[in-house]
Amino acid sequence: MTKALVITTAGINCDRELAEAFELAGATPVSIHLNRLMKDPSILDEFDLVGLPGGFSYGDAVAAGRIAAQLVRSGLHGALRAAIDRGVPMIAPCNGFQIAVQVGLLPGPGEGEEPGVEPPPPTVALADNDSARFIDRWVGVEIPANTRCIWTKDLSLNESSSILPIAHGEGRFVPTSPEQLEELASSGRIAVRYRPGDNPNGSAGEVAGLCDSTGLVLGLMPHPERYTRWTQHPTWTRLEGSCMSGDPPGLQMFRNAVAWVHSSRGAATCSNAS
Amino acid sequence: MNVHRIEVQPTEGAGDPRGHAALQSARHAALDTLPDSIHSSSVYLLEGDIDTASLERIAHELLCHPVTEAVVIGARPLRAKSMIEVHPLPGVTDPDAEAVELAIRSLIGCDVRVRTGRRYDVAGLDTESARDFASRCLANPLIHGVYTEPYHPDAFPEGHAQEFEVRTVSLRTMDENSLETLSRDAHLFLSLEEMKAIRDAYKDMGRDPREIELETLAQTWSEHCVHKTLKARMTYRGDLPDAANRPGHRVDADGLVHIDNLLKSTVAAATHELMADGLGDWCLSVFVDNAGIVGFDEEHAVCFKVETHNHPSALEPYGGAATGIGGCIRDVMGTGLAARPIAATDIFCTARLDGFVPDTDRMLPAGCLHPRRILSQVVAGVRDYGNRMGIPTVNGTVWFDDDYVGNPLVYCGCVGVMPRNRVHGDPIPGDRIIALGGRTGRDGIHGATFSSAELTDTHVDEFSHAVQIGNPITEKKTLDAIIEARDDEETCLYSAITDCGAGGFSSAVGEMGETLGADVQLDRAPLKYAGLTPVEIWISEAQERMVLSVPSKNVARLQEICDKHDVELCDLGEFGTEGRELILRHGDAEVGRMPMELLHEGLPDRVREASWSPPRPDPLPPVAAPSVAEALPSLLAHPNIASKRCIIEQYDHEVQGRSVIRPQVGVHGTGPSDAAVILPVPGSHKGLGIANGLAMGFHIDPYFMAIAAFDECIRNLVCVGVDPARIAVLDNFCWPGCDDEQRLGELVRAAEGCYDAAKAYRAPFISGKDSLNNQFTTEEGTTIRIPPTLLISGLGIVDDVRRCITMDAKHSDSELLIVGATSSEITGSVYAECFQPHRTGDPARLPEMNVAEMACTAARVASAIAAGLVRSAHDCSEGGLLVAAAEMAFAGNIGLEIDPSSVPGTTDIEAAMFSETPGRYLLEVAPGKGEPLADLLGDTPHACFGHFNDSSELKLVDETSFSLENLRMAWLGTIDW
Repeated sequence: MTKALVITTAGINCDRELAEAFELAGATPVSIHLNRLMKDPSILDEFDLVGLPGGFSYGDAVAAGRIAAQLVRSGLHGALRAAIDRGVPMIAPCNGFQIAVQVGLLPGPGEGEEPGVEPPPPTVALADNDSARFIDRWVGVEIPANTRCIWTKDLSLNESSSILPIAHGEGRFVPTSPEQLEELASSGRIAVRYRPGDNPNGSAGEVAGLCDSTGLVLGLMPHPERYTRWTQHPTWTRLEGSCMSGDPPGLQMFRNAVAWVHSSRGAATCSNAS
Repeated sequence: MNVHRIEVQPTEGAGDPRGHAALQSARHAALDTLPDSIHSSSVYLLEGDIDTASLERIAHELLCHPVTEAVVIGARPLRAKSMIEVHPLPGVTDPDAEAVELAIRSLIGCDVRVRTGRRYDVAGLDTESARDFASRCLANPLIHGVYTEPYHPDAFPEGHAQEFEVRTVSLRTMDENSLETLSRDAHLFLSLEEMKAIRDAYKDMGRDPREIELETLAQTWSEHCVHKTLKARMTYRGDLPDAANRPGHRVDADGLVHIDNLLKSTVAAATHELMADGLGDWCLSVFVDNAGIVGFDEEHAVCFKVETHNHPSALEPYGGAATGIGGCIRDVMGTGLAARPIAATDIFCTARLDGFVPDTDRMLPAGCLHPRRILSQVVAGVRDYGNRMGIPTVNGTVWFDDDYVGNPLVYCGCVGVMPRNRVHGDPIPGDRIIALGGRTGRDGIHGATFSSAELTDTHVDEFSHAVQIGNPITEKKTLDAIIEARDDEETCLYSAITDCGAGGFSSAVGEMGETLGADVQLDRAPLKYAGLTPVEIWISEAQERMVLSVPSKNVARLQEICDKHDVELCDLGEFGTEGRELILRHGDAEVGRMPMELLHEGLPDRVREASWSPPRPDPLPPVAAPSVAEALPSLLAHPNIASKRCIIEQYDHEVQGRSVIRPQVGVHGTGPSDAAVILPVPGSHKGLGIANGLAMGFHIDPYFMAIAAFDECIRNLVCVGVDPARIAVLDNFCWPGCDDEQRLGELVRAAEGCYDAAKAYRAPFISGKDSLNNQFTTEEGTTIRIPPTLLISGLGIVDDVRRCITMDAKHSDSELLIVGATSSEITGSVYAECFQPHRTGDPARLPEMNVAEMACTAARVASAIAAGLVRSAHDCSEGGLLVAAAEMAFAGNIGLEIDPSSVPGTTDIEAAMFSETPGRYLLEVAPGKGEPLADLLGDTPHACFGHFNDSSELKLVDETSFSLENLRMAWLGTIDW
């Protein structure tokens, strides 16, 4: 059984659809409150996948994800780091992304860099949309060819399907410097970009999602968990049946991660056997 | 203890969208002098013993983002000509503060108290102009303090515990004058008859009432809580088709119609007749609970409630609308044994955004907020509450009419889903009275009675305490805990639940304990601050509170669940008393005691006189009709027709991942969907359609307004693929006062229209609400009455969502059909209002409506859609046929040529194009499907009047043509801020 942990807390509100997406992809989701995880971080050891859902954790007081990030930094960062070290894929859409960035999990240490024991300060920001307004719409997206993200690479996309829904007020990606953005791009740590001309919030480099240097941790402003059946496509009533064959891109991401768990488990079994 | 101040602002280069947004709001406010630029900062005030190192950590690690922000402890020097700061007043909920306190505890391990505010450095305005700008655009003096220098108090204001006395009111000796004075001065808003009934009841009891008892009666007997006008006996004089054969109606020898209980004889009668005639198994709970409930599938039921929050929204639109949606969500949480909220709706009525111009004869009346501010803040309130709760707002509209200037309407709806075995709950004697969620404060006191009064220009001062700010995260946590308790190991931990809405604990406990009695210990309620009297605790309408009736053995388990979610639980006492009494205690003192019978059965019956005579408008001189080339683009840009995109996209209408048909559809993602469709149960293909109908064009005869609104709601649902045999509706009457016979006559006619429509469409009403005092009296004494406004909201079942269709044209080889006859009358249309004012206002000239035929058309169109014969469908309403056809074409980006002369029912081309005759649909049909479609439509008038093509134009046979993109841009450009 592939077990997926969905972390909930006050104000998280996309936990159920995230759990449903894991389930559709063949994993068994369990939702657990952050309060309980902080009391007993070893709970994480039971899981093969982790989801940090969207929502308005603690009302997004101060800034989106800030309060939840402080709680995770103080009580769960070590356990999350350990999970990544043992190869657990994590997905953090929207508020989850905002939290992951402020916990320092994303973009995370560079390749070969040792993560410290203490959570590092954030090195990129997801600031107020340039319109200063919450926006809900579907936007065109692209997956950079060199991405190392195990969730988004090798998606089967076509023009009508390569879109994702966004719904946020604070999603404008701001790097520390142009050099940092360049480095993230060249090292394959940009997992999703907005299609040029379809950038909804003023993000630098059209960045919609990042992964860490292991490729296991994906944070993104769009909501792939809201694109797991074709009747969620915003113009599905216009699509020919043939366009709606196979899995929608959102579900493909979850299947990628579940497949990754299976194959790495298989590899582990093989190496144990040898 | 010290108060520390921390300021955080965006660094240069990181952008300052909030500053820009403030500047934008200044531009819209038409200030005399505009600011050149505005820089915004966040301000945090921390009260507590914090050492410098800790303060630095809080500032740098918690409050400031190192990549985009800079922080100072204290206050930055002025960086522009002037500055203003906006802070919530003491006692006003500051939702962010509690979260910051939690994070500080996690960071440095000590407790501090926090308040938050915002600073704006304003370039180009002097201090006085900046203050004026702030109070018009950034702050509301009812809830905010505005400062022109950095605000840094020495200490936070505290509430003080105070001695209270149990006051007795010498009611038994009062004469009529004194009774009326008491009702008004104590804000009881009870009529003389009601005051006399109370006096007589206490005479019988041989004592005088205590203050808290009078308050309890005022809350329970308020219009808001018992709908006493709609439930009154009526004597109606005027036209009424088939009056003698209506249930509960009797016509006397003088032709007067006597109606027992208007609501029961019309709206509810239709439901009960339909339930006796086949819908009894489907309607699971009607009119008795916080929301109406119908069956969804074998295992689930769905419920729906729509509320209004008009008066608070007039004074403080952001808080008023937010607590409106918050309250409606709580209604759904408090239905049966709790439903999970899965969708929200919002319908707003305001004055036109450009309807009032300073220094002209169209000045905004004193005491009114500008309609642009009202609308943008109402939207922001619904957005911030709904989005944070994670409930998608999937359907709504806005109607503009300048008579809403002093009294805007804010309708908030909520749909929930629940297991079928959680549909009913009743308290059991001995159950604990458990309150969950938010704390009780002085906020919202007298909301129930205030909503039953009319607004005047001085209400701002008198009723500011009825205005409040909500905390959606408290409500979300409470929801999470309640659903977990509902589904705890297959048994529900409580036997009944309701929300604390209008009237607070007094209504919630009073209603739950109606048949059992209740013994309440008021001092156990957790308070936001010290100093509340027992009366204040009892009637406070503080938000985010639910009351549960919990068997003693389950309280500990419920407490565990609440602890996990950080939800506060308190035990207020016990349901069930000897003699069915309501007993109120505070400490050792009994502060009130009264029989439940007086509370729930003591309200005197009223007989109201109603009459109706159609308005006869003075004839206006005829005006030449405009060309179609002129009329169509300006209709599309008319605010009552134009796209509401700016509002829709601020709502997270897709959270929960249930979307099938969204509010916006089509190639560009901006086409106006007729209805929303969602999946209440994940993994199933069975869907739920949600729509509304509002037919304000026809308000000159509320009977026809009701039928047209009902019809529009049905058509909207049918157009996406809902089964018309499984539609349930809600009524929401917002009336401009019912103090005279004519207004009441209008109400009677609207209710009769509801009955006729519900019977014809076989769509039962399952819940409803009314708000009957929507008028505003200016300081000159002029009363501005809203037009009588009836909203019909509907939900309906879609058997398989994969067969749903949308309104955007799909294919260039299609034909465009109109189904349903068009009348030659244009009265009630937006076109007539704009271009032919001499053809408005006379009810005798409204388009004919045959409700039986309209219902038959709906059923036939639905069967054509179910048979897969229709590529797209759109209801033909505001703007008429040409507007509807244009919307289909530009939403699908497919060219269209039409011939209005082939429209059945009229030979008048102008009427064919612009009449808003109800009962009509536009259907896009593939070539060759016309014949099977005609078979299904039978004798329902229909005709092909258009052909889609590969062009990018809308063209009429007379060669008038429009670029689709131009039409779309005209339609998108009106409503924005």
